[in-house]
Amino acid sequence: MNAHTSFAELSARQRVQAMVDVGTFKEFLGPSQRVVSPHLAALGVPYAFDDGAVIGSGTLNANAVLIAAQEGEFMGGGVGEVHGAKLTGLFRRALRDRPAAVLVLAESGGVRLHEANAGLIAVSEVMRALLDVRAAGIPVLMLIGGANGCFGGMGLIAGCADFVVMSDAARMSMSGPEVIESSHGVEEFDARDRALVWRTTGGKHRYLMGDCDRLVEDDVAAFRSAALDLLGQCKQPGAKQPMTLESLRQAHARLQERIENVGDCKDATDIWQRLGVAHPERVGDMEAAEIQALVAREQA
Amino acid sequence: MNWNDLCLALFGPAHGIVRDGDVILGTGQIDPEGRHQEPLTVTVVGTTDHAPIGVETALAQAAVVLDTIEHHPGRPILLLVDTQGQRLRHRDELLCINRYMAHLGCCVDLARRRGHRVIGLVYDQALSGGFITSGLMADACYALPEAEIRVMRLPAMSRVTKISEDVLEQLSQSNPVFAPGVSNYVAMGGIEAIWRDDLRQCLRDALQNPNVQDLRAEHGAARGGRALAADIVQRVLAA
Repeated sequence: MNAHTSFAELSARQRVQAMVDVGTFKEFLGPSQRVVSPHLAALGVPYAFDDGAVIGSGTLNANAVLIAAQEGEFMGGGVGEVHGAKLTGLFRRALRDRPAAVLVLAESGGVRLHEANAGLIAVSEVMRALLDVRAAGIPVLMLIGGANGCFGGMGLIAGCADFVVMSDAARMSMSGPEVIESSHGVEEFDARDRALVWRTTGGKHRYLMGDCDRLVEDDVAAFRSAALDLLGQCKQPGAKQPMTLESLRQAHARLQERIENVGDCKDATDIWQRLGVAHPERVGDMEAAEIQALVAREQA
Repeated sequence: MNWNDLCLALFGPAHGIVRDGDVILGTGQIDPEGRHQEPLTVTVVGTTDHAPIGVETALAQAAVVLDTIEHHPGRPILLLVDTQGQRLRHRDELLCINRYMAHLGCCVDLARRRGHRVIGLVYDQALSGGFITSGLMADACYALPEAEIRVMRLPAMSRVTKISEDVLEQLSQSNPVFAPGVSNYVAMGGIEAIWRDDLRQCLRDALQNPNVQDLRAEHGAARGGRALAADIVQRVLAA
């Protein structure tokens, strides 16, 4: 057993290498090819030789996968023209190469504002390419464990995937708390209240609500084993199928019920209580495994 | 343009499109060009008054798309876009608004896959997240000339990027990725074309365009507004 390695503290390229089988990662359009954003250069802003997106192929327990990772340290993982096109290209390649799965190690604030228009279109191109891959029966996994979380356009992309895996420290949503606070005041959302921010968009809340399929500790081995587990699940008969009218009707009903059941709650702890969590005030201190056990009991 | 004036221009006074809160929905009929054909019914769904897209607004639009798929196979769908973007409220974040918006995008995508022609039209204002999961998920998205499309205004962009407004203003003359505006989105391929004059004829033409592939990156390259995206996709395929 390897010593615990924090997923959050690794760079995008290190995460990819830690996820796939040792020595199997082959990068497409890596830094040596210097595919950079011309828009950042025009603004006199530092650019990166990979534009903050690492993409390539590898194996996961001998299953061929395509994999992408966003570098949160570069422009907060923001999606610009080049970054987005690398992700779209990876999904198009998946349609041709038919891997066992596509894995996205997402860490992004969403559209990169320095090239906002191109980023906005790029996000919708990634979504359409991703949904083509799902329609072809190839599962798409989002793994979210970086300090910047998964927000804005990238949150929308995550919402299109088959599965979402999060660490308890990770966050997923649409608008950052600072944006909401600046629009509607500190009474609406106090961005400096870290506990509030975490309760509202963090991995545990997303898992308890069913928006995240696996909750793991901040450990690369835990992310890898969750991905393997989901891959195995996809191979079972009756596993997740491409989206159909029926499956979207069911998803629609669940989202509608959520508004009816907990739409009046002011805080995540109210929601957890209503969901039947016996001690909602203790959720913050629980390990991922304890939270998983809570939900397993609910479902039993 | 006001949503009702738009529907009058597209479908005439007998259109069955109504407003319910921020959402507009219903059906319109359009005469085909051939005299011997039946009028074509189009599902219309969208928002008005620069609606913020919250969990309910996203779900209400998704319901119209799903109903159309279930009860009217093949019926074209027109998505009318006027939004200030996602609703910026704590409650929406708590309920996981990105799932609701993505769900709308997935419903639009399924409609396309099941053979519904899906057209987007920005008739007033399109902003960031509210636009990505509606008009930008259509087979093709169009805009009226007076529409406004943007992620952020230049002063706000200047604050976030810490680049002076003058510099951004200058750059936006030469590079469409920086500045708001319908023509920039046309140049980048995100908007297929601008609708002018006879809007009904524009809709007819859009409904007859058989393309269902996502060629926006190719269009962006051909039109000179987005030089790299299409090439990078090809290079990833070739790597």
